Amino acid sequence: MTPDTGSKRTPLYDVHCQLHARIIPFGGWDMPVSYSGIIEEHLRVRSHAGLFDVSHMGEVEIHGPQAEAAVQYLTLNDVRDLQDFQLQYSALCNESGGLIDDITIGRLAADRFLLIINAGNIDKDVAWIEQHLPTGAEATNLSDDKALLALQGPAAETILQRLTTAALPTLGYYCATTARVAGVEVLISRLGYTGEDGFELMVDGQHAVALWQAMMEAGQPETILPVGLGARDTLRLEARYLLYGVDMDESNTPLEVGLNWLTKLDKGPFIGRDALIRAKAEGVRQRLVGFVLKDRGIARAHYRVMDGETPIGMVTSGTMSPSLEQAIGTAFVPRAYSKIGSEFAIEVRHHAVPAEVVRAPFVPRRVKRS
Amino acid sequence: MEVPEGLKYTKEHEWARIERDRVVVGITDFAQEELGDVVFVELPEPGTAVAAEGTFGVVESVKAVSDLYCPVSGTVIEVNTDLEDHPELVNDSPYEDGWMIVIEPSNSAEFNELLSAADYRYYLENEAGS
Repeated sequence: MTPDTGSKRTPLYDVHCQLHARIIPFGGWDMPVSYSGIIEEHLRVRSHAGLFDVSHMGEVEIHGPQAEAAVQYLTLNDVRDLQDFQLQYSALCNESGGLIDDITIGRLAADRFLLIINAGNIDKDVAWIEQHLPTGAEATNLSDDKALLALQGPAAETILQRLTTAALPTLGYYCATTARVAGVEVLISRLGYTGEDGFELMVDGQHAVALWQAMMEAGQPETILPVGLGARDTLRLEARYLLYGVDMDESNTPLEVGLNWLTKLDKGPFIGRDALIRAKAEGVRQRLVGFVLKDRGIARAHYRVMDGETPIGMVTSGTMSPSLEQAIGTAFVPRAYSKIGSEFAIEVRHHAVPAEVVRAPFVPRRVKRS
Repeated sequence: MEVPEGLKYTKEHEWARIERDRVVVGITDFAQEELGDVVFVELPEPGTAVAAEGTFGVVESVKAVSDLYCPVSGTVIEVNTDLEDHPELVNDSPYEDGWMIVIEPSNSAEFNELLSAADYRYYLENEAGS
């Protein structure tokens, strides 16, 4: 069945409709933006737990005797740091050091790696990966076969443990395990995009509905809520996680957006390395910073950053933080304005609202620490 | 979806009500439902001149920024300052506590040309797209 919009639907689309979700187009998909209200969903994830359908995300497996070398060459972080069933945050760059995508890499075996990529970038990333694979490595795009559910919040472990015998308390941050959850074979990874403890569960699309229903039921005592992309965005911004296509794109290097920590320039050859070494030597011109507004108003994407009458930068993300009840955002500004405590103004319609650079994240991350 | 009788409406989903020759303005139940959680309302200063179909302010939800359109021309004589600290009143009580401005109208004919409750209901069902 082809929907009129030409948008793709996840295996959970009908479930979202039954829950009266508000559906919006996102990255080529029809996705739930909210169910009971963005603020309620947001706060429930911070206080208890929420369940997200993130099946629009793409999954690519790279396998073969040269799989590790291939991933090492394609991505910025050092995959030799990974043991089996460990994951890392990483990125793909082009030859000029421009960001193609930010991704999560999991090592499933010495010759098998899983790449989780952004929904809007699936076609672009797969083409790029296939084009740059060395012989001895192959890529398989699993995106259409796999569903991905995210269970996030301080109660996530308690809820998930009711459905599996896997020893969750010993599963570390950015570690994964295969397990049966509610009778379904899944890959559980302990990570997320909210700043809270939690898990992402990758499952064959045909089992997505059963897994979703089981987790919603198991989470009743903790008042679990289904959570849409609206709260996913406010949660990730409070935790200061980047959103590709909004906070960064191919015109940005990882150095500008604060991803220097995963850009392992010394690990050996990788695509973009020469350009990034040059960029680092020249010094970045602009940096992505987090700011709070010090007067009434809300900063939004594309609003101008001003020093007096002079435009000096641009807001990439901005919202009213549901946890802090304060307007927060991120913006590109010249290096001279990027220190904690730096002041500038955000042009909100006709007036300039004072803003101050603050330390990241806006809301402390409470992820699993082993 | 509440569309109370006795109020007038615009196609931009504002309502207007006559009170002692003055026009009280807010946004409709449909509008607040569409916006989701309202987190910020920007209103003009009292004394500001406004024109029918011109913008008089902005309402922001978590995700979106929307202009507010004036149903009638005139001068703003009062604004709902409670919305500064409690923008959620727009969601909780769009037709009562969530009112936005009071206008001293300069052309009383404009009010009568606005949509009736029945017209607005028909508009919502047939044209507003949901």
